[in-house]
This record gives sequence, C-alpha cells and structure tokens, in this order.
Amino acid sequence: MSYLYFPGCSLRSTGRAYEESILAVFRKLQIPLTELEDWNCCGATAYVSIDENRAFTLAARNLAIAERMQGNGGGDLMAPCSACYLVLEKTQHYMETDEGVKREVTTALHRGGLDYRGTTKVRHPLDILVNDIGIEKIARAVVHPMKGMNVACYYGCQVVRPFQTFDHAAYPTTMDRLVTALGGRSVDWPMKARCCGGSLTGTIQEAGLRLNRALLKEATARGANIILTCCPLCQHNLECYQKRINRRFGESLHMPIAYFTQFLGLALGIPPRELGIQRLFVPLPETDGKRKEVPAHA
Amino acid sequence: MPERNGHDAPRIGFYVCHCGHNIAGTVDVAAVAKFAATLPNVVVARDYKYMCSDPGQELITTDIREEKLNRIVVASCSPLLHEHTFRVATQKGGLNPFFFQMVNIRENVSWVNDDGKAATAKACDLVRAAVRRVAVHRALETKHVRIHPDVLIVGAGISGIHAALTLANAGKKVTLVEREPTIGGHMAMFDKTFPTLDCAACILTPKMSAVKNHPNITLWSYSEVTEVSGYVGNYTVKVKRKPRYVSEELCVGCMECIDACVYKEGKTPDEFNQGLSKRKPVYIPFPQATPQVVLIDPETCIEFKSGRCKKTCVEKCDRNAIDFKQKEEIREINVGAIILSTGFKTFDAKRIPYYGYGKFPNVYSSIEVERLVNASGPTSGELILRDGRRPKTVGIIHCVGSRDKNTNRWCSRTCCMYSLKLAHLLKEHSHAEVYNFYIDIRAAGKAYEEFYDKLLEENIHFIRGRVAEVTDWCARPEEKGKLIIRVEDTMIGVVRRVPVDMVVLAVGMEPNADAQDVRRMFNISCSTEGFFLERHPKLAPVDTFTDGIYIAGACQGPKDIPDSVAQAGAAAAQALSLIDAGEVELEPNTAYVVEEDCSGCKSCLAICPYSAISRDEAKQKAVINEALCKGCGTCVATCPSGAIRQNLFEDEQIFSEIRGLLEADEPILTGGEA
Repeated sequence: MSYLYFPGCSLRSTGRAYEESILAVFRKLQIPLTELEDWNCCGATAYVSIDENRAFTLAARNLAIAERMQGNGGGDLMAPCSACYLVLEKTQHYMETDEGVKREVTTALHRGGLDYRGTTKVRHPLDILVNDIGIEKIARAVVHPMKGMNVACYYGCQVVRPFQTFDHAAYPTTMDRLVTALGGRSVDWPMKARCCGGSLTGTIQEAGLRLNRALLKEATARGANIILTCCPLCQHNLECYQKRINRRFGESLHMPIAYFTQFLGLALGIPPRELGIQRLFVPLPETDGKRKEVPAHA
Repeated sequence: MPERNGHDAPRIGFYVCHCGHNIAGTVDVAAVAKFAATLPNVVVARDYKYMCSDPGQELITTDIREEKLNRIVVASCSPLLHEHTFRVATQKGGLNPFFFQMVNIRENVSWVNDDGKAATAKACDLVRAAVRRVAVHRALETKHVRIHPDVLIVGAGISGIHAALTLANAGKKVTLVEREPTIGGHMAMFDKTFPTLDCAACILTPKMSAVKNHPNITLWSYSEVTEVSGYVGNYTVKVKRKPRYVSEELCVGCMECIDACVYKEGKTPDEFNQGLSKRKPVYIPFPQATPQVVLIDPETCIEFKSGRCKKTCVEKCDRNAIDFKQKEEIREINVGAIILSTGFKTFDAKRIPYYGYGKFPNVYSSIEVERLVNASGPTSGELILRDGRRPKTVGIIHCVGSRDKNTNRWCSRTCCMYSLKLAHLLKEHSHAEVYNFYIDIRAAGKAYEEFYDKLLEENIHFIRGRVAEVTDWCARPEEKGKLIIRVEDTMIGVVRRVPVDMVVLAVGMEPNADAQDVRRMFNISCSTEGFFLERHPKLAPVDTFTDGIYIAGACQGPKDIPDSVAQAGAAAAQALSLIDAGEVELEPNTAYVVEEDCSGCKSCLAICPYSAISRDEAKQKAVINEALCKGCGTCVATCPSGAIRQNLFEDEQIFSEIRGLLEADEPILTGGEA
C-alpha cells in the first residue's frame, strides 16, 4: 500500500512538526509516501470566502495531478491538514453535483493541459493509519506504551463535517481507539468535534479566544494532561493562545497540544527530535517508566 | 339472453367519452368518433358526455341489440376506474364481457397534453389499435373460488385485538398470533392516553381479557408465523408455537413459582419495563398479562444451564404446570383472509450520540418514561431517576430521529401529543419544571389542540428549536451536576443552555426490524421507509396489493391509538366483506399451458414471482394454478417453446394492437375543419 502525499502550506510552516512526525511514523511503519508533484495551494484559506470556483479550481488541479500520478502507480491522496482535506472533498462533491462548477473548473484545467476524472480518493492520515494499516498492526509495533497519558482527543470540525467520511460527525472515536491501543487513556469529553475558533483568533480574537478557552478548560476539568489534534490550525489555536487566554479570562491553563502522529511516533519509539517534539510550546507530560527509543531510519 | 360467441364477423361499436371537460377540453371527441367510423368493422361510432353514467351504458346495451354489435370499444378514462363498468354493460347487452377493449384517453392523453391537435391525433392512434385488437378477442370465463371463512390476525397490539374482536363478534373464527408472551403491544406499557388522560390499562385490559375468553378467538401468544402459502380465500399458514416450559392449559397464573424461584432477586433486564427493573428466569411480563401464564427463559434458568437446580418452582406448583421438556410446535391452519397488525418499533436513541442516550443515566427514551410514570411500573409510578434522585427540572426533546434526513425523514405523528401527555404527567408526579423543545407542535386531532392549550396554562415551558446536544459540559457553576440542553431558541434568536436533571427523548416510530422478512412472507410491499404499503393511500388504506391480505395500525405507518383502532375496524370490515361474499371472482388474464407444446423443461418454474407454476411429474408438463397466477406474463415470455399463453394477452391480440398503432397510412382527422 502506498500513498500520494499533499503537504499543503501549513505543514511547511506552522505545522512543521506535523509533517516531521507523519513522515517519521510512515517510514517506521514502512508505508511509502510519494509527494504530489508540483502541488499548489489547496484552495482553502481566503479563496473559499471570496471566489469558491477559484478555490475549487486550485483544489482540482492538485486532484488532476494526483490522477495523472495514480496512472503511474500512486495510491490514494493523503491530505493531513483538515482544511486541505475538506476543500479537496468539497471540490470532488461539487464536480460531481454542480454542472456550473464542473464546466468552469474543467475549462481552466484544460488550459493547463490537465484533466479531472474524479478517480482519486482523498484520505486523512488518521483514516489511513486506523482503517488501512489497522490498530492491531500498530499496537504490535508499540515499543513504548504511553502509560500515564490522559488524552483528550480533539478532531475539530473539518475532518468529520459536513462529509462523514470515516467517522461520526458529532462523536468521532477513531483517534480515541488509536490512543487506547498505544497504551494511553482516552478521556471522554464532549468537545471532540467542536470549533477551535478557526481563523477567528486572527480576526475577531475575542470570539476565537472564548471558543479556545472552552476547549482547554473542559479538557483540564476532565483530567486530561494532553490534547491531541489532527489539524495544524487546531494545534496552532489551542497551543499559541493559552497565555493570552489566561491573562484575558483569569485562567491558569497549561495544556500540551500535540499532533496525534507525534504521540504515535513516541509510542513507536521514534526519538522526539525526529517528531518535532522540541517545537511544542508546552512540554509533554512524562510517561510512566523509562523511554525506549529506536530511530525511524533504523 | 345467451351470450353471443363472437365467431361471426366483427361488428364493432365505438364510444368516446367527453368526461365533462376532462377529455373534451383537449381532445376533439367528435373528430375521434368520426375517425373511428372509418375504421374496418366499426358499425357504430358515437361520442357522449359521460359514458360511465346510466344513459351512457344504456347506449352500449341498446346498440348491441339493435345494431347486432359483437365487439365494444370505449375511449375514456383509466381501465382501473371503469373497465369493470363497461364490461358489465357489454355483458348486459348479451355479449361475453371480454369482447370489450378500453382506451385510456384521459390519463394517457388529455391530462398530459396541452396541444389539442396532437392529443386528438394520439387518441386516434390509440383507438385504431384498440379496434384492431378487439376484433381478435375471445370469449373468456371468469373463475370463482370459494373463500375459507376463518381469519388470521398477526400481531396482538391494540389494532390486532380490535380487529379480532370485531370479526369474532360477527361470528367469524379468528386465530390471533402474537410473538410476545402477552398480548397488548405497546399500549399495555403506557400509563395514560392523550388527550383524555384516561388510563391505558383501564381501557385495554378488558379488551385483552375479552380476546382470551371469546369462543371465536384462538389466541396463540409467544408464537410466530413461519410460512404462508395459497391465495386469496385459501391461505395455508404455519405457526411456530415457542415453548414457555409452562403448560398453558394447567397454569392459572398464581405466580407462586416466581416467588419460589431459587433466584431471590431478578437478574435479567425486564423487557416489559424497558430494562428499568430486573426479572427472574421464571416470570410473567406484567400482572395483567394475557394469557395469565408464566414462562421460563431458558437463557437464564439454572435448570436449563446446568440441569442441577433445586427446582423450587416445580415443588411449589401444585398443578404440575412446569414442563422443562416442552418443545416448540408447528401448527398449520387454513384461513381465507389475513390481517397484519405487527406494529412498530421505537427509534433507537443511541443512533444520535449527541443526545447522550446510553451515556448519561438520566437521559431516558419516552417509552422508558411511560413505564417510569406507570403505577404498575418499576418504581410504582414514583419519579425516581436511575441515580436515585428526583428531578426538579425535566427537558423533553421532540422529534428524536424524526424529520431528520440523517435518520428518519418522516414525522412520527404521535410524539408531539405523547410528549405533551408526558409533560403533564411528569409535572403532576414531581412538580418539576418541564421544558419542551420542539420544532413544530403538531396537534391535529380531535381535542388535541385543546390539550396543548391546557398544558400552556399549566406553566409547562415550550422552547422552539431543534436541540443541538445534551452535554455534561458545564460552563457555569450552577450547571454543575446537571445535564445541559443546548438549543437555538428560534423565537428569540439566541443559543440557550438549559440545565436539567432529566432528559426525555421523544423517539419516533420505525418499521419493525423484520418488516422486510414479514413483507416477503406475506407477499406484500413496503413503502420506501419500510412500513407496509397500502393498495391506495386514500381509497384503499387497509388493503394490500395481495388480495385477502389487509394491514392495520402502525405497521402501515406511525399512528396513535384512535387511528389504529379505526384502521383495525376497517381491516376487519374488509375481511368480512371478502368472506361473506363466499367466493371470489378471479380476473381471467391468467397464463395457461398448451400441453402438447410443453417440453417440461422447467424454465418457467423458477421465474414465476407468485410460485403459481408447478410440474405434473406424471405428464412431465408445467401446470399453472390459475388462482395464484397474477397474469404478469413472465412465464409467457420465458417459455422457449412458446407453450405458455395468456388470456387477454394472446400474441395475436398484442400484434394486432401494435399493428393498429403503427398503421399511419389511414387518414387521421384532427381539428374542427375535418
């Protein structure tokens, strides 16, 4: 099984730790990834709000390239950033159901010498790891069980809504099952798929901070000592504004926010540096027992 | 007058109906008549305002006599509506009724065309086809079969009970089969009924005991139909009688064996109480269960599991009613008609995880609350929650699983009213503040809106909005320990958080899990959502597409008690009118085997959807049971040697009709100028 990999902009900037940990984990599990050739902006960001068709065209270009590469033996297209994941899914949806979108996008692609057929399956790494590779296989590869980690699994909105592709829209459980298999304790909390504030933290910050605060407070109240995310924007929002929230609302929040792939990598014994752990603002809690480490390239 | 056999040269009478403006408003009926007059063998061609009226039919009978007609064609509405009428008129005139052909120029022409000229041209084409066809019609005989006077009713909730009593009181023998150990269905679980608030048990249990004691009713509880064969008037049904391990004849329902059971306390969730209490391996569903017979659950009984029980129950029973060796029995009965009243199941609220059912102990489904407020329920009607508390605030969430394209799209019709009823009862039992979260209040029924008004005056709160979630995420200190209902109050346009102690989910009604199996067994249809399909939504609401099989109650769609009872009465009346006719006339459009051409290849056996074809092993030929044959024509088309033909659809007739349609060389007169 091999996959095409679409990093998108986040994984090369604020979400570097996400890319590092994904690459390390996939290498460790011996799942080949091929980066999408000549990829461009996924189309999410501000495009969607200003000109949807343009956003779909950008996404469709990536999909068309994936189709071309698939012809040469590439697998499903993996999009780790939830915003990329959703806009790619959305584009496929509208290319199938909206004649107007289809016409405009197809014309644009043709001018660039590309063609869209809709044969690529867009996948999120959480889906691939749990449903393709399988929890059992991953559990067998664990060298360092994550005992002592009380994890609030946080999915955010875009991987589960509006398209319920691999989990329930309001009460997803994929990441929780993975965390349990890795020896951690998944904390049941009601905020799994609630809004992280999205780009509000940059625009109407008061609203964004309030949404963030609710998540952080509830995870703390439920006894979590770490929140895991599967989206670079969620990670950024939850991690970076804690001090500001504490000042603004008189809280004392101090919650490590990591990517689920970092957590998985640690359990697989990959050295923290290869997983970008040093990039986190709030240090991770210690697991029980002594760490065993096996580098991913070993 | 003896029927003429039609072997003479065809003399066709043609009649085109105006149907008021329905046809004549679009089709130039005078031109159609004029055109028909030019066709071969047509002796008379007339147009008339209403052919189905008495004078219209009179035209046909008089012409047959005076013009010596031997074939009739009427161009009017759908054959579904008036084919029978005109066949009767043809017969009255002295002809075999099958020397008649009908042309549908209303549903197929005038109602679907704006262009008069094109419509008239199409009508003429269809008329030409019918005139060609009727010339080669043959005289046919209708078959009559006798009807077995007994009736089977499947499902003994309020619908089945009411239908059984209606038929039994009319002197018919009824076998009432119920899957559960007791009859009574969902209604037996309810405390009070809306809008009158009379006690469900008080109005139901007398009917239950009337069923048990009625000399014309054979009650088979704890039994299931396993096989149905036959046809209208003559069904053979196999019923599995599950073992109770207690003799129904000997047990008097004293329940001393239950007290004597080695289990001091019940350990198994009580089905009747929705798991809110526990029962022992030997039990009776509820004190007024009918029949008053206990049963033993072999899954939990020690004697069945280890064979080493002290059997204190057997010791205690002085009537020796307990029989661990009882076996399942298969009984076979013959009936003429069947009524299905198999009911519904409630929506499983676990399918909506954000309402917290199965996660938060104080979230209840409405059917659980029915038991909770019931005087004979697990708490004797006291409102004590699963965690032992008494609620000070209760939220009732409407439309759970209903009106939602993620779950069920339909409105379950009963939930608004039962939610209002439960709101009243909960307030009465606990003096709690009760909030209803609704989308629309649908109180369409006699005295229903008035009941809603009454509740508004009782200071029950109503918040309009579909609830987003039930959560234990408390954002404020006063929410601690509560369940918070988050909802957009669409009346004031804000998102509210309403902390409550108890949540009631007003779950909707769904088809039973095995509705598709039952449908197949009885050879009826289901509508898309899975409820049994009626023959016509307005004019045949309790008939099905299989003659002699009727449906009543919530198996046909969500329904409250009054509607279920009304439908049960209607189904009983339909069954009665079938039985009392004594015999049933079968449409002669059946297939038949030309024996000398049949090679006995069996190709037709497997493809018949009605299992109407068997094989005469002695002759090695196919045999078609005319009573079972629905005239679908599948076997006719399948037979490799052309040995199967079909009355009214003989090759010659169909080809004549096609030829008539395609023969455009004759002048077609359209418009007024012709």
